[in-house]
Amino acid sequence: MTEKLHINALENEAIYIFREVAAQFEKPVLLFSGGKDSITLVRLAQKAFFPAKIPFPLMHIDTGHNFPETIEFRDRLVEELGVELIVRNVQDSIDQGKVKEESGRYSSRNMLQTTTLLDAIEEFKFDACIGGARRDEEKARAKERIFSVRDDFGQWDEKNQRPELFDMLNGQIELGQNVRVFPISNWTELDVWTYIENENLEIPSIYFAHKRNIFMRDGLIWSASEHVYKDEEEQVEERMVRFRTVGDMSCTAAVDSYATTISQVVAEIRDSSISERGARIDDKRSEAAMEKRKQQGYF
Amino acid sequence: MEVLKIATAGSVDDGKSTLIGRLLYDTKSLTDDKLEAIERSSKQKGYDYLDFSLATDGLVAEREQGITIDVAHIYFSTKTKSYIIADTPGHVEYTRNMVTGASTSQAAIILIDARHGVIEQTFRHFFINNLLRIKDVIVAVNKMDLVDFSEERYNEIKADFQKLVDKSDYEDQNITFIPVSALKGDNVVEKSNSMYWFKGQTLLEHLEKLDTKDIYNRGRVRFPVQYVIRPKTEEYHDFRGYAGKVYGGEIKVGDEVIVLPSETKSIVKEIYFYDKKFETAARRSSCTITLEDNVNVSRGDMIVKVDELPKVQKQFMATISWMDAKNLTVGSKYVLQHGVNKVLAKVSTINHKIETDFSGIKSDISSLGMNDIASVSFQLNKPIFFDSFKEHRTNGAFILIDPQTNNTAGAGFIE
Repeated sequence: MTEKLHINALENEAIYIFREVAAQFEKPVLLFSGGKDSITLVRLAQKAFFPAKIPFPLMHIDTGHNFPETIEFRDRLVEELGVELIVRNVQDSIDQGKVKEESGRYSSRNMLQTTTLLDAIEEFKFDACIGGARRDEEKARAKERIFSVRDDFGQWDEKNQRPELFDMLNGQIELGQNVRVFPISNWTELDVWTYIENENLEIPSIYFAHKRNIFMRDGLIWSASEHVYKDEEEQVEERMVRFRTVGDMSCTAAVDSYATTISQVVAEIRDSSISERGARIDDKRSEAAMEKRKQQGYF
Repeated sequence: MEVLKIATAGSVDDGKSTLIGRLLYDTKSLTDDKLEAIERSSKQKGYDYLDFSLATDGLVAEREQGITIDVAHIYFSTKTKSYIIADTPGHVEYTRNMVTGASTSQAAIILIDARHGVIEQTFRHFFINNLLRIKDVIVAVNKMDLVDFSEERYNEIKADFQKLVDKSDYEDQNITFIPVSALKGDNVVEKSNSMYWFKGQTLLEHLEKLDTKDIYNRGRVRFPVQYVIRPKTEEYHDFRGYAGKVYGGEIKVGDEVIVLPSETKSIVKEIYFYDKKFETAARRSSCTITLEDNVNVSRGDMIVKVDELPKVQKQFMATISWMDAKNLTVGSKYVLQHGVNKVLAKVSTINHKIETDFSGIKSDISSLGMNDIASVSFQLNKPIFFDSFKEHRTNGAFILIDPQTNNTAGAGFIE
C-alpha cells in the first residue's frame, strides 16, 4: 500500500466529470478517433470506474480517409479494454445521398462527419457524447462548456449557454436533446503529452517522426495519398515528419520532426512556436471556421 | 504540475486584454501563428497597437461588437505552474458571468485604471470576489505610464480601495496591490525601472509564489457520493466502491464515518485511486472508498467523519445570484442541485436585495431579475447536508435549475 495519494488537479477534474456522465445520463458514448486526446480520455475513464469496466461504448465516426495506423491501433485498444466499439462510416452517408463528397483542391470529408455523427446519435439514442476537445485548441472552443447542450438538430447555441458554477454540472435535458461532454476541457496540448508520457500510454505511430511522401501547399506539409487532392505541378518528396493532431488525412498537415520517443515529442512541443491547430487545414478556412462547424453539430 | 485558476473582470477600456496579452507575451506563451493572427486582425481594424482581445473574444458576435459576452479561458504555464485565466466581462449586466468565472477560481485580479481610480465597477468586482470567498485578490493599478508613474497617485488609489476592504467581513482574504503598466510591461512579468519606489513583487512573481494547496479554504471533510462502483466480476465479486471527490480535508483508512441521510456508522476500509490502494486521500482527489460494513449508500449521499457533522435541514437562507431571464418570485419551484445531490426547492421569502456597490440592501422585493443578488429563504422537499458557504466553499454552494427549461437559473451561497 502506498502512503498518500498525491493528486494531479486536471486528472481529478476529468475523473469527476466521467463519473457525473455515468450517473446523470442513460446512454452515454465516448467518441473515439484514435488520436492522442481520445486515448487520454480512455485512460481517464478506466481510472474513473476501476475495478469495473468503462460503463459505455466507444464510437468512431470513420471518414474512410483515416491513416491506416490509427485504425489498427483503435482495434487493438478496444480488444484490450473489452468494451464495445461502434463504427459509423461517412461513406455510408455519401452512398445514402445524405451528404455530397467535396471536390477540388481543398476537398475534405471532415465536414461530412457531422451528418454521420448526428445520424448515429439518433440511431442509438445517445444522450451524452464524450469528446476530447480542449479549450486551448481554438478560440471558439475556449467558450465551450464542460456539459454542452445540443438541441434536436445537434446545434450549439453559443450565445445561450448554461453557466457552470463550482464543479456542479447540470445534465438535465429534454427528450431529443443531447449533451456533449468535454472532460479534458482545461488541459493544454502539453498537459496531454505529459500525461501520455507519465502514464506510459501507447499511441499510433504517426505521432512519431517517420519518412513519408509529402508535398507542400500554402506553407503546410500535406500527406501524398490517394485520399488527398493534389495538383500535377505539386511535387512529391520524401521527408522526416510527424503529426501533432490526427484527423482525416485531407485536413491534417504534418510537421518536420526527428522526435521518435514520447520524451522527445514533449520536448519538441515545449519549444514549439506554432500552435497545434496551426497544422489543421480545416481551421484555416476562415476566422470563424470552428464556430460555424460547431453550430452545425460538429464536435 | 500545480494548476492555479484566476478570475479577471473588467471592461475593454481598463486594459484587461492588454494585461492578459502581456502575461502571455512575456511568458512566451503566444505561438507565432496566434501572434500573426493578432497582428493581422489589429492591422485590419486600423489599430497601431496589438489588440490582444482578439485572442480571447472567440465568438463572431464578440468580435463584431468588440465586447466580451462570455467567460473566456486562457491558458499559459511557467516552469512551476499551469495557469488558467477565466476572463469575464465587467459590466453590471454581466454580473452572472463574473460570479460564474469567480466560482471556479482561487485567485482574482482586479484592474484599476490609474487615471480614473476606484470606480463603481471596482466596487462590484471586489463585492463579487468577497461573496465568492476568493482568498487571494490582486489589485493591479494599471496605466501607471499615463500618470507619470506617480507614487502619490498609486497611494491615493490604494487608500480609496482600503475603504472598501474595511466594509468587508472576510478577514482571511489576502489583498495585494501592484502598480503596473500592461502596455509597457512594467511590473507584470519584468520589474519596472520607472517605479523604483515600488518594493513589492511583480504580478507574475506574486502568482508564482501562491501556494495552490493552501489557497482552497480548508474545512471539515465532505465526501459526496457520485457513483457506486459494483464490478460484479469474479475477482471483485463483492466489491462496493463509493466514487467521489474529497472536499475540505483528508480521508484516511480507519476513519470512523457516518453516511447521510441514513446516519449509518462505519469505518473506511480501503481508498482506491485506479488500481492502487492508498492510506490517505488528499483534498480534491477523485478516489473510490470502501467501507467495513455492508451499508446502503447511493448517489447524493454524503460520507463525513462522525464528529464533524454538517447541518441537515429542510429550510435555510442563502444569498442568490440570479442568472435567468425568467424572474425568481416567491412561491416558485426549482430543482436545487447541491454538489451531486438534487432536491426540490420552493422560494418561501425574498428577504432583501443586496446592492453590488456596497451601498446597502433594499427590502420589499417581490421578484429577482437577471444579475440581481439577494437574500432568499427556501423550503425543500428533503433535507440536504450542508455547511455555511463562509465555512465551506464547496459544501455551502448550490445551483437552481428551472424545471421547465432545465436551465441553470441561479447560484446560491448558504448563510
